[in-house]
Amino acid sequence: MSDEVILQVKDLKTYFTVDEGIVKAVDGVSFDLHRGETLGIVGESGSGKSVTNLSIINLISTPPGKIVGGEVLFHGKDLLKMSQNEIREIRGNKISMIFQDPMTSLNPFLRISTQMIETIMLHQKIDKKAAKEKAIEMLKLAGIPAPEKRIDQYPHQFSGGMRQRVMIAMALSCNPEILIADEPTSALDVTIQAQILELMRELTRKLGTAVILITHSLGVVAGMCDTICVMYAGRIVERGRTEQIFESPRHPYTQGLIHSVPRLDQETKDRLYSIPGQPPNVIDLPDCCPFYPRCEKAMDICRKKYPPVTSFEHNQSASCWLYAKETQNV
Amino acid sequence: MARYFIRRALSVIPTLFIVITLSFFLIRLAPGGPFARERDVPEAILQNLLKRYHMDEPLFKQYLRYMGDILRWDFGPSYRYRDLTVNEIIDHGLPVSMSLGVISLALAVVGGIAVGIISALNQNKWQDYVAVSVAVIGISVPLFVMGPVLQLVFGMRLKILPIGQWVSTHGLKAIILPAVTLAFPYFAYIARLSRASILEVLRSDYIRTARAKGLKESAVVWKHVLKGALLPVVTYLGPAFSGIVVGSIVIESVFLVPGIGRPFVQSALNRDYTLIMAEVVVYSLILIIANLVVDIIYGLLDPRISYK
Repeated sequence: MSDEVILQVKDLKTYFTVDEGIVKAVDGVSFDLHRGETLGIVGESGSGKSVTNLSIINLISTPPGKIVGGEVLFHGKDLLKMSQNEIREIRGNKISMIFQDPMTSLNPFLRISTQMIETIMLHQKIDKKAAKEKAIEMLKLAGIPAPEKRIDQYPHQFSGGMRQRVMIAMALSCNPEILIADEPTSALDVTIQAQILELMRELTRKLGTAVILITHSLGVVAGMCDTICVMYAGRIVERGRTEQIFESPRHPYTQGLIHSVPRLDQETKDRLYSIPGQPPNVIDLPDCCPFYPRCEKAMDICRKKYPPVTSFEHNQSASCWLYAKETQNV
Repeated sequence: MARYFIRRALSVIPTLFIVITLSFFLIRLAPGGPFARERDVPEAILQNLLKRYHMDEPLFKQYLRYMGDILRWDFGPSYRYRDLTVNEIIDHGLPVSMSLGVISLALAVVGGIAVGIISALNQNKWQDYVAVSVAVIGISVPLFVMGPVLQLVFGMRLKILPIGQWVSTHGLKAIILPAVTLAFPYFAYIARLSRASILEVLRSDYIRTARAKGLKESAVVWKHVLKGALLPVVTYLGPAFSGIVVGSIVIESVFLVPGIGRPFVQSALNRDYTLIMAEVVVYSLILIIANLVVDIIYGLLDPRISYK
């Protein structure tokens, strides 16, 4: 990880129009990604993690979704203002994605070779034969045995873990600067999860790829990420270096999340902790802290205004009235 | 693969046998017969007729005789069109209905899929609304309305196409109006079918992957969407083909097309036993073959299907 910022997301807002009103799926998300950094975005289902990342490469389907504000600067150029042709040059090439469900993310009607070669030929402008060699090399790197033979098979001839390896090989085949991994292991069983994460870590280190890892699993981010953003109801509520977040979580939501991970090193006879209540309905959210109905430390002001960001040492920050100057003074 | 198709081809034999046997007895269960008229035929003449067509024999003997004839592809004499054999009727009519049907279906498939793609890619825009409206009209306007309207416009007013009759009278121009009329409901159905399934595929995860790879929208549609989206259309084509090539009494009556549809329908009303049986055999044979072809195409389109 270097100090060079390659991706800057500034005040990104993506809204969805549904019959009941407007869903603010992403509402003012900002973060920086450095070269070679692995950034984790953690949150419950519906907190806006996936929409954030689809918005980065402008893949939100309109309608119903729309990116209504903000900037996504990739090497200083705003991806959201690019033409379709310009952004297609970046997708799969400089920024590539892998998705949650490897069973449905590969086209079942096309051979692995077809699907890999088309990407490589498109972005690297090389002929089919060279592209196939490159694809085989990537499959080998991704730990697929006998890639020369396997490459001509169809997705249904691969197991779930193998398919995710194929997805990773495909995503990294054009040496992207950023890999966005949207819950890459959630659909896999636990032993395969560890292998896939290990593979991602190894390959992205080798290639110097920065990673945005979206997950709801704290265990996954703890082992993989340099920095963590915690998302709740479309906003980042806390961010910081991984050690900081786990050692001294500031936001009550982060504290709750970490508290609800079962610990093997502490013997307890109590029930497993869980954050009470449900994630909020994000349709027409008022301008309050969306977490206050579930928060043990909720105050009056929490239901009146969204809290400002408070910074702590080591670049950690959280949006919570507990730490805001305004509340400290009263 | 080869073994699968040999097995499927052989399975035609028992299927046909059962179909023929059932139809043979069912038709004869129906009241009336080929020689029943409003005014009774004198008994002596009736006896002569029955004898002439072996209908005085026990039913089972007639059945065996019929099966023997069928094996030699001899459908026997028509009981109604006395100077024609059933084979002659089929030989005259079926090629006409087949060519009309194949042309219509080709029009319907090409047009239907094209319109399906256009409206799916422009969902809820004006192109989509136009296409969906045309499809609704195509499905709801009956052939006997559509046909005369086209005759009126292109035959009577514009005078560019013949109103009726077939190639022998007017040349290839004669095919256009009946083919378009016959194609219309099939076209409309295929357009709706392909629109729906393209929309479904467009929402799938692997299309998101294809877009995330930076593919152009045209490459996404042609390479990634169509193969999967066309499966339901292919499924529909089996029964559609066998239905369309055995002729349509409406089209043949409106446009005076010498096809096989009208004789077939009338054979049922006339209790023209041999002609009805021929229809059953021809129709089931075409249906079985069409379904086999659909299965082959299915296997080619979808690699997850393998035949053993």
